[in-house]
Amino acid sequence: MQQKQDWDLVIKPKNKWYDIDLAALWKYRDLLLLLVRRDFVAVYKQTILGPLWLFIQPIITSITFTVIFGRLAKMSTDGNPPILFYMAGITLWTYFADCLTKTSNTFIANAGVFGKVYFPRLIIPLSVLVSNLIKLGIQLLIFLIVWIYYLNSASQTINPHWEYMWLIPVLIFMMAGLGLGFGILISSLTTKYRDLTFLVGFGVQLMMYASSIVLPISSMPPKVKAIMLFNPLTSIIEAFKFIFLGSGSFEGLWLVYGFGFMVVIVSIAIIVFSKVEKSFMDTV
Amino acid sequence: MSDVVIKVENVGKQYHLGKVGTGTIANDLNRWWHIARGKEDPYLKIGSVNDRTSKSSINDIVWAVKDISFEVKQGEVLGIIGKNGAGKSTLLKILSRVTAPTTGDIKVKGRIASLLEVGTGFHPDLSGRENIFLNGAILGMTQKEIKSKFDEIVDFSGVERYIDTPVKRYSSGMYVRLAFAVAAHLEPEILIVDEVLAVGDAEFQKKCLGKMKDVSGQGRTVIFVSHNMAAVKGLCTQGIILRNGNLMFSGDAESACSSYLGSSMQLAGDSLIDRKDRQGTGSIRIEELFFIGKSGNVLNTLISGEYAKLIFKYKKIVIGSIKPLFIGITIRNDSDVIQTVIATDELGISVEIEKEDGLIEVEIPEVLLRGGMYSVTFQISYKANQMASHEIIDRVENAMYFQVERGDYWSVGNINRPTGYLQQASIIFK
Repeated sequence: MQQKQDWDLVIKPKNKWYDIDLAALWKYRDLLLLLVRRDFVAVYKQTILGPLWLFIQPIITSITFTVIFGRLAKMSTDGNPPILFYMAGITLWTYFADCLTKTSNTFIANAGVFGKVYFPRLIIPLSVLVSNLIKLGIQLLIFLIVWIYYLNSASQTINPHWEYMWLIPVLIFMMAGLGLGFGILISSLTTKYRDLTFLVGFGVQLMMYASSIVLPISSMPPKVKAIMLFNPLTSIIEAFKFIFLGSGSFEGLWLVYGFGFMVVIVSIAIIVFSKVEKSFMDTV
Repeated sequence: MSDVVIKVENVGKQYHLGKVGTGTIANDLNRWWHIARGKEDPYLKIGSVNDRTSKSSINDIVWAVKDISFEVKQGEVLGIIGKNGAGKSTLLKILSRVTAPTTGDIKVKGRIASLLEVGTGFHPDLSGRENIFLNGAILGMTQKEIKSKFDEIVDFSGVERYIDTPVKRYSSGMYVRLAFAVAAHLEPEILIVDEVLAVGDAEFQKKCLGKMKDVSGQGRTVIFVSHNMAAVKGLCTQGIILRNGNLMFSGDAESACSSYLGSSMQLAGDSLIDRKDRQGTGSIRIEELFFIGKSGNVLNTLISGEYAKLIFKYKKIVIGSIKPLFIGITIRNDSDVIQTVIATDELGISVEIEKEDGLIEVEIPEVLLRGGMYSVTFQISYKANQMASHEIIDRVENAMYFQVERGDYWSVGNINRPTGYLQQASIIFK
């Protein structure tokens, strides 16, 4: 019995459900950084424009939305300049969507590496979160440039709520949590049954329309609005718009609900993930 | 003693045969329901014969390894020997935490690094330099460690000139060398190595073996899986043998190797007639194979330098004589390295078999093999003409094993050294 304490590692058929080795994650932090670096370096190798693509993508999406939803469909933008309105939604949304889709195939895409060497599997989705965070930073920068432009032009009326500015990192954190949670949950479930992978693509699309990216929540009938608010993403996006643009509705309680939702989904996802990572190689 | 660094206890791993997907969801729910109520897994049958290679198994569950227990002490180099399908790779996967065991547990002291493959995680678009860092980190090194060993790694790999070129432009040899170089510079307390040594040219292989010897020489523990008996003997201090997922033997490397051959020998001892692993048309079959001595007595052990006769007892199934026939006999040592070949065409003997059954006698006036364990592989083939290729009639790999005892071939009162064959030589001083 006395010898029992000597072992550094015990490999067992199953771990306790709460057995998540955070120390090991920390030990592999260098790997996380290198994976982030790889994501950036590898994607833009053999491209002419290179990292410029990071700027081009969100601008083009915003312009598309402005033309289609703002000009052609003449949808409400809560009295904001359309391009700014769509950019605000897209910036945060893209982060969530990218995190979700990229982490949702963690096990399948990395089966080759996972099958040959052990490291805490959670490193991979975490590295996705971090590398997308950098992309988010760049997109936020573009958004801020446009925002400052409109802020200084006399003709437009945007009233940022400066007093809530501190909430922005929290909103980003919530988006990251939701993206990670859903992503690795899907990834864990798809190791055995691949069906979900087909759902991810249009599921993300559908979720976008249900998250007040395109339509402000104020323009919806109260019944729909209530349903929309159960989607934690809605209150996050609305809060983001509220803080920067002064439009939209800031629902404090729904935001707390969103945060709770995020904590629950991340906890469940990590527990399922660490259960699956032990033997997914047999089924993937 | 507390210097046991790995303790494996009753480890087993079970796999389901067949497809994952349609139909299994019901089984999964059923299994989950049974386990949730604390009952036994209804799909887990224990006690059936565990043979992965037999096709007629009723169960769709197979134990890749079962009830394996052993210990490894610090500084030991453990060789894991076994045929294909014996469960070596599964055991390694469990040890390196790629997959979890179904039963049992493993206790480990110290940092483990496993090398089940070289170049894991190499990204084709990244340069050699970038990949060294990435691969090193995947294998568990910190960036600082890699930086301090970077020059050594590049030096070892010998791809200095191409270090800033994307690895997708590397030749496969360069790629592997770079990948192994990274792995070789890991400094874990326990290193797990699969047959990665089967890569690169001979020179590089030698370098790798040398590097592994260094590793074990520094008091680190190594677990090594190989088919290469010579490598196991040369590197390992301990050895275990797996067969059909079970642990057959555990002891020092030398006796593990000979026991492995011994167990194959047992297989060969099944009598030649019953061997299923024959090749060829079978119109002539060798039914027995043995050595006899000068006085006609059956020899179990040959002695270096002495007379022996190898007897093939054959049976011909087809009518009429078959010619021209060729008989080839290959003798390998216990590391599976060919020691010599006896071939009828080389000896200028034309063979023709007319009788329905009879003996083929191969006379060896002096056994020129040194001491050790050897195996005999024979092949009888038919070749219609000079241009035609050999049509195999009967061939059995390792049809027989035999022991050669060291003798005093040169009659000088000294027993010959073991290993290899006896080379006639005279030495003149001028």
